[in-house]
Amino acid sequence: MKKTAIKTAKRRVASAVFIKDLRIEARSRVVTNQVLPFAGLIMVMFAFALDNDDVLQRVAGGLIWLATIFSLFIIVQRSFAIDTSDSALDSLRVAGIDLSAVFFGKAVALTLQLIALDVVLIGAAFLLYQIQVSALGVVLLVTCVVCATTGLGFVGTLYGGLTAGTNGRETLLPLLLLPVVAPVLIAATRATEAALGSSGAEISEGWAWVGLLTIFAAVFGVGGSLAFGPLIDE
Amino acid sequence: MLSQSAPKFSSTGTQATRIVGALTIIVMTWVLISGLVFTPADVVQGESVRIMYVHVPSAWVAYLAFIVTAIASAFYIFAKRHSLGFDRVAGASAEVGVMFMVITLVTGSLWGRLTWGEFWQWDPRLTTTAFLLVTYVGYLAVRRLDGSVEQRARRSAVIALLAVLEIPLVHFSVVFWRSLHQRATILDPNGDVKMDGLMLFTLFTGVVGFTLVFVWLILHRQRTMLLSDLANQSGLDAAILARQNESVSI
Repeated sequence: MKKTAIKTAKRRVASAVFIKDLRIEARSRVVTNQVLPFAGLIMVMFAFALDNDDVLQRVAGGLIWLATIFSLFIIVQRSFAIDTSDSALDSLRVAGIDLSAVFFGKAVALTLQLIALDVVLIGAAFLLYQIQVSALGVVLLVTCVVCATTGLGFVGTLYGGLTAGTNGRETLLPLLLLPVVAPVLIAATRATEAALGSSGAEISEGWAWVGLLTIFAAVFGVGGSLAFGPLIDE
Repeated sequence: MLSQSAPKFSSTGTQATRIVGALTIIVMTWVLISGLVFTPADVVQGESVRIMYVHVPSAWVAYLAFIVTAIASAFYIFAKRHSLGFDRVAGASAEVGVMFMVITLVTGSLWGRLTWGEFWQWDPRLTTTAFLLVTYVGYLAVRRLDGSVEQRARRSAVIALLAVLEIPLVHFSVVFWRSLHQRATILDPNGDVKMDGLMLFTLFTGVVGFTLVFVWLILHRQRTMLLSDLANQSGLDAAILARQNESVSI
């Protein structure tokens, strides 16, 4: 088969998996009906626990990304639970299609769901924590959200595939994922603080962190596409 | 695929492991006596400097163990013949590495309490070390997942190689975040040694002794893993044979 034909086949598989995952979400509405309220509740609980407007404004960036990462576990487990319940993942595997295309399709679908979640969480932070952002800060914030969620999408799909169908996956996934996403938490929090001007941070300081987020996404995009197949292979 | 034959050895000891074990005992006895009795207390740090004779070699062995895990995993994945021997070496090395990493963190915390006044500081090297520990605890959890030994080998090899990608990212993100750890004190930027001769010798023999402990543990542990895999396989074979006999008798 020619290279262009292989690329086209990969793109078709990736887009089919992407559409399938989003269609399942559109029909089941688990993210909108369960994960979004859960993430919103985390934001409210943080406000109860910290109980100080100044502190909340200062740490708002970190709270947004913590809520995103906690929600990531639920979305990933839900996505792979559907794929493994009727051995759908096994069917994809034995169908002989390129598993790196499945990885990209699922990762992009997950990224899109995380972006939607972050839009709501940032909106909640504006309402609950009274944060403010300048026009230049919005550009940084949007770039940060796209880069950070892309990295989370790749790494979430990779480790979700590993734990799919295994006993104790509910506890194993956070154990494996939390150390890996630590750079995203640090970098996205600092970039968001720079965008919001928390603790006197300058907007220019945020772009270096966005660079780290981009490197993370690139590393796990390439690493994930190579490792996903061997990880889920029987 | 595991060999169906019975294991050729009834214990995990060989002539080589006994020699390594004897050498380990001799070197570690010297380190113990020299570290606690012969070497002087530090001018600034006082008696707490003796923690260094355990802390530095433990950290060295932990990092060495994780490097061995990564290399053995790479050999398993990329070699034409996916030998389970590489997988067992990788798993044994990770187990020993986790143990020495815990010793590193505990001794480092004790030293930090005496020197900095705190058990823990959010310093890049400390934080990266803690993340390294959690990462390899996760690696060991992956090794215990359901599935065949081949599945275990493939999954854990991929996780070990992903850890190689992850660790620099964690380290650099935490370095940007903040820095406090004591800089290297044995060598200054010009390469001149700034340590009492006996202290330095004890430290180096400590590194050699702990490395011998690592080698001895790896040799034994990978053999116990082989025995465990063979025992599981023979149990499965026996169960299959019993079912076949049942069908014949019917």
